[in-house]
Amino acid sequence: MVVPAVSTGVSAFRWGRIRRRIADNFMAYLFMAAAIACFAFFSWYPLYYGFQLAFQQNNFIDPAKWVGFANYRHVIADPNFKRAWTNTIRFSVFALLLGAAVPFFTALLLNELRHFKGYLRVAVYTPVMLPPVVVCLLWRYFYTPSGGPFNFLLHAAHLPTSQWVQSADANMVMLSLVFCATWGNMGAATIIYLAALRGIPGEIYEASEIDGAGFWRRLRDVTLPHMRFIVLVMVLLQIIATMQVFTEPFVLGGGPTNEMSMTLMTMIYQVAFVTPRNFGYAAALSTMLFTVLLAFSALYLFVTRTRD
Amino acid sequence: MSKGITRKTLFFGLIVTFALVAAFGATTASFAKSAAHKKVTITVNGLPIKTDTTNRNIYMRNVGDFENKYPWITVKPKEGLMDPPTFESKIAAGTLENVFYVYFTDPATVIPRHVAVDLTKYVKKDKIVKQMNPQLLKIFKNSKGHLFGIPWKNYTLGLLYSRTLFTAAGLNPNKPPTTWDAVRADAKKIAALGGGKIGYGEYSAYNTGGWHFTAEMFSRGGRTVTKNKASFNNAKGTAILSMLKAMRWTDNSVGTTQLLGWSDLLNEMAAGTLGMQVGALDNITWMANSASANINHYGFGVIPGTAASNKKGKGTLAGGDGWMIYKKSSAAQVQAGLLWIEFAFDNPNHFAADDVAARDGGGTVGLPEPNIWKTGSAAEKKFLAMNKKYRNVPTQYYTPFVKGMKGVQMVPETVKAQDIYAVLDTPMAQVLTNSGANVASLLSAATTAVNGILAAA
Repeated sequence: MVVPAVSTGVSAFRWGRIRRRIADNFMAYLFMAAAIACFAFFSWYPLYYGFQLAFQQNNFIDPAKWVGFANYRHVIADPNFKRAWTNTIRFSVFALLLGAAVPFFTALLLNELRHFKGYLRVAVYTPVMLPPVVVCLLWRYFYTPSGGPFNFLLHAAHLPTSQWVQSADANMVMLSLVFCATWGNMGAATIIYLAALRGIPGEIYEASEIDGAGFWRRLRDVTLPHMRFIVLVMVLLQIIATMQVFTEPFVLGGGPTNEMSMTLMTMIYQVAFVTPRNFGYAAALSTMLFTVLLAFSALYLFVTRTRD
Repeated sequence: MSKGITRKTLFFGLIVTFALVAAFGATTASFAKSAAHKKVTITVNGLPIKTDTTNRNIYMRNVGDFENKYPWITVKPKEGLMDPPTFESKIAAGTLENVFYVYFTDPATVIPRHVAVDLTKYVKKDKIVKQMNPQLLKIFKNSKGHLFGIPWKNYTLGLLYSRTLFTAAGLNPNKPPTTWDAVRADAKKIAALGGGKIGYGEYSAYNTGGWHFTAEMFSRGGRTVTKNKASFNNAKGTAILSMLKAMRWTDNSVGTTQLLGWSDLLNEMAAGTLGMQVGALDNITWMANSASANINHYGFGVIPGTAASNKKGKGTLAGGDGWMIYKKSSAAQVQAGLLWIEFAFDNPNHFAADDVAARDGGGTVGLPEPNIWKTGSAAEKKFLAMNKKYRNVPTQYYTPFVKGMKGVQMVPETVKAQDIYAVLDTPMAQVLTNSGANVASLLSAATTAVNGILAAA
């Protein structure tokens, strides 16, 4: 008879504390609620719905049917599955090598310049303001095998020309897409790197110069350690973004049906909207990509955190 | 007394009469309002974009006239035709327009998904539908013969060519090639003009490569699907791909930029750099409206074939578009939607006004395109008469097409057409971008993929 009374007392005490906490921070919770509702509605629910779709046969008209892992089995058996993964990884690797290095060194260069700084920053950032489709169409012109500017220059320099995105070599196709993507997107990364560079105290450089450190030594021992965090974050964001590349292969690479430039995202588009127009199938592929990226991000953060 | 009675009777009589008339009037008014002309609103797509002023004006004029004629119906027009991602999103959200646009390739996918209303009972006594070409109506029917849509336009593929480049290359602009061998030979001559001139252009992306491969199979007397099996891995399919491969890598007459989609070749043609391509007559309209092309520079011939198919068995792909009604529409919306389709798009009483508006707005009138009407029907006679009366195109430049079409079969698009086109894009892209492409293995792989699609269908 005594026990419930005690239990009720404890419970009432807990509720009282919770109520007090809520009352004390009411406005904060109220502001949070709006953000949480936005996330719930626009991020978490679509995510949950994507996973649900992956286990369904759903044409959005007839009642959805649960099909277990059939969509996943279908995806794995699809001959394009391996091709899309290979191309996507190929793109990501090239994009990591170029897309991370080029903006980083461009930022270093801009940071070292004494003249035309503002002009060059605008010049580097301008492509970001162009619509991605326009960038792709522009590069399609650059890549024109006969009479295009790139092959014209290569030919003039007595260097071998290329078929670029129309090449029979998958590496060349992906590299061509990466050139375009890097040009179009490097401006934002450059500005972020530049901001990080500006945050490094000048005295450290002065001290290292007095100690006789050259450019490369200063880069290795001063710049990189100070920018480590921003570089790690940028690389992570870049890998996540490049694994989801769509516009370049879709517009420049000849659409979702071109196997040579097919990436995971164009394959998802193809199975959802071209053939076989199966949303469960597309959702299964999307959730696989999501899971891989989630696991990769967790691993990356874990590895980089343990080294701190 | 009698005077008093009369006055009273008259008074009551008037009261009763007034009450009866008022009651009857109120009843008929409310009947007319509630039953016969119940207010209904329909959403319709297909509104041309703002830059397409001529067609947008015609469309909006139709909306105004329609609402005047049927004051209880409100039409809410929206831009957009058939774009699969948008279409699927609208279905998922339940926001598809009541009257929506489809290509001839779509009903085969849309009908089994139960997206569209069965119109059979609504059109039983319909005078417009009765005058339509039964072959085209068949595209909108299911296996039980139920009708789910109404055709609007019909096209067939032929050879679009630049008369200017033909003349420059020493070719006769009044005699376009009628065989694929002649196309190859003429393309070489046009490409030899230099200056980036392309003899013959071909698609290989966004399903358009597969679309043209299919049309070219028909032109050689073949089919891509026979008895629900892929039927292009043969001499005819090999000839298409081998010829394109040779034109790309041996003759260098098809240009170096490939992976092209629909508007790419038309832009080249409008810019005066492309000699020939497989296309439809309405491409001339598009080039004039969207790329400021001079229509007098272009001719149109029948789709080329082979020596054998030109004698017997040549076919050409016939496509087109039409309208369907969203299944979530109420009965009143279905009826209003049908009225709208037959008023705005398939209206013999509008032929003259539409032709005049198109002509005055800088469009084309009088292209000898196939129409949707039954041969000999009153609608067809009127359509042809108005086209002749208001024509503003050089019809003599299309004589090779009109004459060449005699004996050529118009073949409708196959089942799962877009899915099959997507598969066939790959062999087209490969032969045009890879000098080492193996035609036999490409056709074999495509056959396996297409058979998979057909089996699943």
